Amino acid sequence: MPSFVIQEKCDGCKGGDKTACMYICPNDLMVLDPNAMKAYNQEPDQCWECFSCVKICPTQAIEVRGYADFVPLGSSIMPMMGTEDVMWTCKFRNGVIKRFKFPIRTTPEGAANAYADLQGKDLDSELLSTEEADGYTIKTPAATV
Amino acid sequence: MALPNKPMGELKAVRDPEVDEREVDILIVGGGMAACGTAFEIKKWAGDKKILLCDKAAMERSGAVAQGLSAINTYIGDNTPDDYVRMVRNDLMGLVREDLIFDLGCHVDDSVHLFEEWGLPVWKKTDEGKNLDGKKGQKMGTLKSGATPVRTGKWQIMINGESYKRIVAEAAKLALGEDNIIERCFIVELLLDANEENRIAGAVGFSTRENKVYIIKANTMMVACGGAVNIYQPRSVGEGKGRAWYPVWNAGSTYTMCMKVGAELSMMENRFTPARFKDGYGPVGAWFLLFKAKTLNGLGEAFAGSDAAKAELEKYAPYGTAAITPTCLRNHLMLFEMKEGRGPIIMDTVTALAELGKTMDKKELKHLESEAWEDFLDMTCGQANLWCATNTEPEKKNSEVMPTEPYLLGSHSGCCGLWTSGPDFDWVPDAYKLKYKDKVYNRMTTVNGLFTSGDGVGCSGHKFSSGSHAEGRIAAKSMARFVRDNADFTPTLKQSNEELVDLVYKPVRTFLDNQGFSTHVDFNPNYIKPNGMMYRLMKATHEYGAGTATYYQTTSKMLEVVMDLLQTMREDCEKLAAGDLHELMRAWEIEHRIWTVESHLRHIQYRKETRYPGFYYQADYPGQDDENWFCFVNSKYDPAKKEWDVFKKEYIKIIPD
Repeated sequence: MPSFVIQEKCDGCKGGDKTACMYICPNDLMVLDPNAMKAYNQEPDQCWECFSCVKICPTQAIEVRGYADFVPLGSSIMPMMGTEDVMWTCKFRNGVIKRFKFPIRTTPEGAANAYADLQGKDLDSELLSTEEADGYTIKTPAATV
Repeated sequence: MALPNKPMGELKAVRDPEVDEREVDILIVGGGMAACGTAFEIKKWAGDKKILLCDKAAMERSGAVAQGLSAINTYIGDNTPDDYVRMVRNDLMGLVREDLIFDLGCHVDDSVHLFEEWGLPVWKKTDEGKNLDGKKGQKMGTLKSGATPVRTGKWQIMINGESYKRIVAEAAKLALGEDNIIERCFIVELLLDANEENRIAGAVGFSTRENKVYIIKANTMMVACGGAVNIYQPRSVGEGKGRAWYPVWNAGSTYTMCMKVGAELSMMENRFTPARFKDGYGPVGAWFLLFKAKTLNGLGEAFAGSDAAKAELEKYAPYGTAAITPTCLRNHLMLFEMKEGRGPIIMDTVTALAELGKTMDKKELKHLESEAWEDFLDMTCGQANLWCATNTEPEKKNSEVMPTEPYLLGSHSGCCGLWTSGPDFDWVPDAYKLKYKDKVYNRMTTVNGLFTSGDGVGCSGHKFSSGSHAEGRIAAKSMARFVRDNADFTPTLKQSNEELVDLVYKPVRTFLDNQGFSTHVDFNPNYIKPNGMMYRLMKATHEYGAGTATYYQTTSKMLEVVMDLLQTMREDCEKLAAGDLHELMRAWEIEHRIWTVESHLRHIQYRKETRYPGFYYQADYPGQDDENWFCFVNSKYDPAKKEWDVFKKEYIKIIPD
């Protein structure tokens, strides 16, 4: 079924400027029922289980139940997103629990250097802007047929 | 209970949408890795120009890297672009565009260095040869400053890539500016100029959030909307249909939109049917390369190293006998076992981890286990959940491996796509340079002013995420040159706004005209819903087009049958109906998928050999026929005459063996 929304936890992002899951879903699956002020997955059999909605939900209202056609019941995996790491809790059907923490980025969010002030010089060369700034030389094949 | 006679979606479609007209110098269609590369690069060369990017989804999580990745598969590092060409050429059975691949190899590392600078954690080697994750590895310095990455194969490096796309999209958005980006805008058709033949002039699409049609005129344009997924019946047909290996939202839009305006396609017969962990489609690369695991047949034999396997590979020399067996032939060996009754194929994770564990202490073992799980959690979360649900701890229980349904793409281990120009260097053959007014424009298609990159560029696979980004940047610079050289061009559309709105909203109007005839909104003799058409396409390709039903085999007769079925599908697409905006997106996606599949099968029909055993088999022409078919197959749809032409194109070897 892929992602599902826990009724009790979803508040339709009423305090935010957008419905987070609807904003992020790469396949346009998550939608808001404006009367109930709850989100739902409108086409579960097109869900990639990418967890984008799970990760972005501000109230942790979204989880994933594995595809009915091949995933037995009883397991779950849940991410907790931090600014530098993600913490995963993986629950097995037999009760085993594993936790993993992985880095996700080494810079603060919003700090990616877009080189906004960098202006290329020679539009007729094949150098990319940062290569040109670095003085890079484009290779040629060591030998040709 | 109310009658099911109303549209289901929350955002109902109306007959007359708002029209948003724009005119820009440069239009970027797509928001994945390639388009993010273009977005990052373009203002550095065309800062004074008007630029617009349209993404069907939200760039933060759109495209193939939406979920993240656990490795960057193309980083040249200490290798040479020459060897990169040799690797790609061998994997794709000899027929590739060596100019495009070499060119990519010269620029891909610069993109990887940017990713790391932006905050992507990249694993590093210590001086003692131990692996550090991307956070701890920072103390070793950056790749650009000379730090050593953790290589799994010759070309791959390990990353902590959960937020890979978010990081890359952040830089792209900052560089281009939010005001120059429209998200949830699905471009569905490209438009040729009214005055000049074979010249791009604009595109038309719609918003999936409000009833609005975008009509955008542009001097030049890049289309990079990924490959094609859910075009064959998948192995899981219920909810699991969504668990495609490649992103399920890739609808072949790149190929279809470009072919419909007459852009030449190349090697559309090539496809990719990756062998992955069964059902969950988790990656196997790290298991083979990092953990040194072997696959066993049902009898417990490591079949890939057997004498029988070696004899089979010799039939496909020199590719089959090369040091690294091509991807299609690895599938071929697996299928051979299965067909001989020696399935299922099992990844022996237990032995692999036990072997590695012999030289490790407890802490290192724990880290190894964590690495194995991260490989899934970073890029295929569903596979991790499948392991949990089936109580699979890889050190205790092995997992099955299976080749998937077919996918069409040009950036991974496949090479279908558009015929584009190579760079303007002396060593590049003239036949590989596409010119407009006597000037060569790298990555331009055969339609003047229309560029592509990533999955869109044919004959040059193995770019992966980093290469697609770099290629988007290459195309950006080329487009900046194009608008400078053609600043006096004024795009003029052939169609009126009314005609274009009618084209884009036709499924909505068909729905509204016929709604209410029956008591069920999905079952009405006057129209067909996209969902029904999707199943029709999947059934046809599955049964006749070398899908999993026949172990990827087709015949000349079967191809005739499926071409007939596709013709009818295209006719019936005229009656697609959409009651809401999500369904309108699905209607256009199925239209794009059908055209893409037709080009795929036309190419298979034309190439009278089996170039890629393991990906597909043309039973009337088994084996490779180098004498007649050591060439590209290209095709062109003539938009004026509405006719197809499929033809041979010369392969030119540039890099010696």
